[in-house]
Amino acid sequence: MSGFLFAATNLAALFLAIGLLYRPLGDYMARVYTSTSHLLVERLLYKIIGADPDTPQGWQAYLRALLAFTLAGFVVLYALQRWQPFLPYSLGLPALPPDLAFNTAASFVGNTNWQAFSPETTVGYAVQALGLAVQMFLSAAVSMAVAVALIRGLTARGTGVIGNFWVDVTRSTLRILLPLSLIVALIFIASGVVQNVSGVTEIVTIAGGKQSIPGGPVASQEAIKLLGTNGGGFFNANSAHPLSNPTPWANWLQTFLLILIPLCLPRTFGTMVGDQRAGRVLLWAFVTVFVLVYVSLTACELAGRGSAPELAGAAMEGKEQRFGIIGSTLFGTATTGTTGGAANAMHDSFTALGGTVLLMNMMAGEVSPGGAGAGIYTMMAYIVIAVFLAALLLGRSPVYLGKRIGPLEMKLVSLFILVMPVISIGALALSFAIPAIHAEMLAAMNNPGVHGFTEVMYAFVSAAANNGSAFAGLSANTPWLNRVLGILILAGRLLPIALTLCLAGAFARQDRSAPGTVRLPVDGLQFIGFVVVIVLFIAIPMFLPYLMAGPLAEGLAR
Amino acid sequence: MKINLVLWNALLKCDPRIQWRNPVLMVVEVCAALCTLWAIWESATGTVPTSGGGPLPASFHWNVAVWMWLTLYAANIAEALAEDRGRAGSAAEGDADARITARRVRHYDLQHDAAARLAATEEVDSDALRHGDIVVISAGETVPADGKVVWGVASVDESAITGESAPVIRETARERAMLTGGTRVISDRLVARIIAAPGKSWKDRMVELAHGVRRQKSPNELALAALLASFTLSFLVIALTLNAAVSATAPAVTLPILALLVATLIPTELAALISVTGIASMYRLKQSKVLVTTAKAFETAGDVTTVLFDKTGTVTLGDRRASALVPVGNTTMPELVRAAMEASIDDASIEGRSIVELVRNSGSFPAGLDTSRVRVIPFSAQTRLSGVDFADGRQVRKGAESSALAWLRETGDDLPDDVMFALRAVTVPIATSGGTPLVVAEKRPDGSGRVLGVVHLKDALKPGVRDRIAQLRALNVRTIMVTGDNPLTAGVIAAEVGVDDYVGDATPEAKLELVKAEQAAGHFVAMSGDGTNDAPAIAQADVGLAMNSSTPAVHEAANIIVLDDDPTKIIDVIVIGRRTLATRGALTTFNVANDLVRYFTLFPMLFVGTFPGLDALNILRLSTPASAMLATLIYSIIVIAALIPMALAGVPYRRSNLSQALSRNLLYYGIGGIVFPAIVIKLLDMVIALFPGY
Repeated sequence: MSGFLFAATNLAALFLAIGLLYRPLGDYMARVYTSTSHLLVERLLYKIIGADPDTPQGWQAYLRALLAFTLAGFVVLYALQRWQPFLPYSLGLPALPPDLAFNTAASFVGNTNWQAFSPETTVGYAVQALGLAVQMFLSAAVSMAVAVALIRGLTARGTGVIGNFWVDVTRSTLRILLPLSLIVALIFIASGVVQNVSGVTEIVTIAGGKQSIPGGPVASQEAIKLLGTNGGGFFNANSAHPLSNPTPWANWLQTFLLILIPLCLPRTFGTMVGDQRAGRVLLWAFVTVFVLVYVSLTACELAGRGSAPELAGAAMEGKEQRFGIIGSTLFGTATTGTTGGAANAMHDSFTALGGTVLLMNMMAGEVSPGGAGAGIYTMMAYIVIAVFLAALLLGRSPVYLGKRIGPLEMKLVSLFILVMPVISIGALALSFAIPAIHAEMLAAMNNPGVHGFTEVMYAFVSAAANNGSAFAGLSANTPWLNRVLGILILAGRLLPIALTLCLAGAFARQDRSAPGTVRLPVDGLQFIGFVVVIVLFIAIPMFLPYLMAGPLAEGLAR
Repeated sequence: MKINLVLWNALLKCDPRIQWRNPVLMVVEVCAALCTLWAIWESATGTVPTSGGGPLPASFHWNVAVWMWLTLYAANIAEALAEDRGRAGSAAEGDADARITARRVRHYDLQHDAAARLAATEEVDSDALRHGDIVVISAGETVPADGKVVWGVASVDESAITGESAPVIRETARERAMLTGGTRVISDRLVARIIAAPGKSWKDRMVELAHGVRRQKSPNELALAALLASFTLSFLVIALTLNAAVSATAPAVTLPILALLVATLIPTELAALISVTGIASMYRLKQSKVLVTTAKAFETAGDVTTVLFDKTGTVTLGDRRASALVPVGNTTMPELVRAAMEASIDDASIEGRSIVELVRNSGSFPAGLDTSRVRVIPFSAQTRLSGVDFADGRQVRKGAESSALAWLRETGDDLPDDVMFALRAVTVPIATSGGTPLVVAEKRPDGSGRVLGVVHLKDALKPGVRDRIAQLRALNVRTIMVTGDNPLTAGVIAAEVGVDDYVGDATPEAKLELVKAEQAAGHFVAMSGDGTNDAPAIAQADVGLAMNSSTPAVHEAANIIVLDDDPTKIIDVIVIGRRTLATRGALTTFNVANDLVRYFTLFPMLFVGTFPGLDALNILRLSTPASAMLATLIYSIIVIAALIPMALAGVPYRRSNLSQALSRNLLYYGIGGIVFPAIVIKLLDMVIALFPGY
């Protein structure tokens, strides 16, 4: 019981801290996106890229700019990896092979940060700092820009414009992510995270063995890894590595940072649309799913079914002693509920049902509380469906924040909710259906049977959902997996963004606000409950048959 | 036999060439066909079925095929049944082309031969009738086209249009004058003026609608279809990928079981029942004598938040009637009553008759009226007086105040100040309250005259109008009365009937501006009217209501036409519109909730042969995978049958607090949608388990 009490205290402290920052940070972000003045450095940037910051764009122009920006980032990142030997501070590491470089470039411009390699032995400081870290800022800024564009669609009255991509992405980076990262990096350094460019330190251990301890600009990269819900670790062990996540306190802080921006964006939403009730629906739907996942995950881990946990006295396999079960489940919930994908424990070694919970958290579309920005626009798809059904139940036409939900809007969200399940399952089935690849897949699976299948499924869902965490146990650095997962990441990133921007455009073209006299009850407690039910029972069921033959078969084995 | 016809029509719908119009049901049909082929192949080769690592009863796949065909058939029966009901009573749709012979009056004389007994008539085809033609219709004959009664009283059977079998009375009174083409006169004889151009009658529109609207889907229906397509697609993807995806760990699931997954999980019952709700609401509108020309208007009507209507025809009957007699000076009430009666007994105008009616209803009918009148003076616009002269030289007049006073002045002196003062004290309040004072005066044989009193004429409210306005308020709809009257009069009537707002002195431009202003404020506006000058405002409104007797311009501008000229029919449209949406919402919620149960009766069963631990998810403790899956399949048929009445009747529309209504509906259709299938599937499973092998 004390385990649950500790779990509850951890959670309460987390929400209390978020609660303190909810208004100031949320409103600050709203001001950032609605301000009409530009900073000097911003003006300079706009001049360099030739963008007119004061002309708002329609959804197509916005999307074109976003795609061009993503493509440019992709090309640069790919080139950096392929030319690694020619870059300074590369620790003498060779160029990455084309398929791996493609996978990594897709993964980092896609805010996924799936790493099919071990960073400390594959990429030097130049690629880490100029390539990966830069994209961690920019991909998060792009996600936030899309969320803001959607909000503008809801506030526009018949203009059809949803803001300017270059402004949104620049401000997200310069005014939100950079300053926050700076503060966070300093806190990290103070709490023991390393920050140097001194390469590998060779030491002799007490036992007389030799040990290579890699250093590097870790704290700075950790900050944006978490704030931008990226998850690309400096070390292969990610947040389980003592140099990037040294103490239980640092671990708590990392969890907090993962959900900070996603949980404050509802305030930004409420402020920008001028209706805090709508923002609170988002917030409480996020929080409810988060708590549900956290409670079930923690229950699974504390119960610790299986022979290893029973022998050890607790399900501690694959978890860090300094974090314990609670520190690991809280982090696990946060990282799979956002597009985070950082990890402070081996998800592979969670109890079978606990691992299923992590998997399902991603399958729900990552809305607890979702990525920075991505959470808002993913949850919006579910909210639109919930508003539509609730309105129908009441015999009214569906109206959300003054915007009618018509056939076009419903088509877009119906497609939106299909994207992630269909592409991940489709790619999974394809991988096993093509005979030549089937063999490659079996070779990549280090574990046979249902557990191995779970590892593969986790990888595909993680890529399609832009999470980037790995269940491990799968040798993901194979030509096929690098390619297919890279494509999955890009499709799982860009298709929902395109649909979201189209939805924003559809909302923005509507010029009439809805009747002021009748307001659908889409802000009450029962509506929040309804949204959560929709999240759980529209997204996850599509994966259920596959779960039966993988994690559930394992978890329920007699 | 009707039921045979429904069953036959349902069978015809299974023809793939027709079925593809309903894509979800088409998927079921393909699934059923695949299952059948599989079962035939299995029987031919003697293969023993296994799936997901577990054995299956030998007859399982045959059972799946048969029950899946039955599911498809049940879904089609639902639609056929609704179509049949929509057609019921409306033979009009079938024999639209049947011609009716009309008896047209050649030279109609309203003054001397109102009954058209003397005038020559000619037999013409109903198609040849033009607006304004006069026809005679006798008992047993069919009304050739839409018209208005100009003479006679008759009972008319309108079941062909409304489906109601009780005959209704049609006569010249404004509220009961509408005749609809295709209805039958049962008794007596009517003379009617045709008001519809050929091809534009009510019946023609109904036929047009029956062919047009069924294809035309409303915005919400399209939006729902998108969501359902997404569900359908997701389960198709499961069927197509499942075996490949799990091939590393689990044995393959057979094709019929994959087909069963698809057929049971896709929204089959919704695909069948959504169109039922549409047809059922059209039928209900028809019963209300309302014709909605576009499916969109029907849904928009459900969202209307402001209704604008004309005073005349909606709130008032459009003519002034006596409501009180007020003696002036030292005249007594009996004196005034007697004089008023004398002046009105031969007056055929509505005002005159209303005075007689008022007196008669008050029970103070004076005995021994002087009938020795020598001259009846009818009302004329010049004198603005009417009355009667008696043999003894006495004269009685009633008329506008100024005219009556002028008449008295012709022969006598000006009235004494105190009488003038007393008269003013009566007439001014009547005028300012929107009424019309009618002064009753008398001259003795010697020419000396006096004022007896005042008849208070009032714009008569339509019976029940206050209730209807209250109903609109209960629906959260704001009512605004628009009238050309002066604002004072308008205000009085507005207060009397309880409308939320009123606008007086309204010109057609003002009406249009009002509609625009309301829309700009975010309201959805319905506007009713019958005059051509209302057409711009009606066209601008989100929902435009025209009366059947309105001018063609108004018909063009409107998207809802009311057969019996009752503008408050907008209430029926609003309620039916909201109810249809609510029914669809309830069905969808119920279906989504049903699927939750189905996940647990189907998915664990797929691989329980290989992974016995999955039986922990068999929450309903169903006996075997075969019986569980078959029970889930058969449940689809049961749920379609169970939901047909709900789809036809519609769920009750609640006018309560929206938030409470949402909670309640989520409870009924969400929780109910979990409990109901759980019980039914469990019971079915218990029955199926009795068969050997299951």
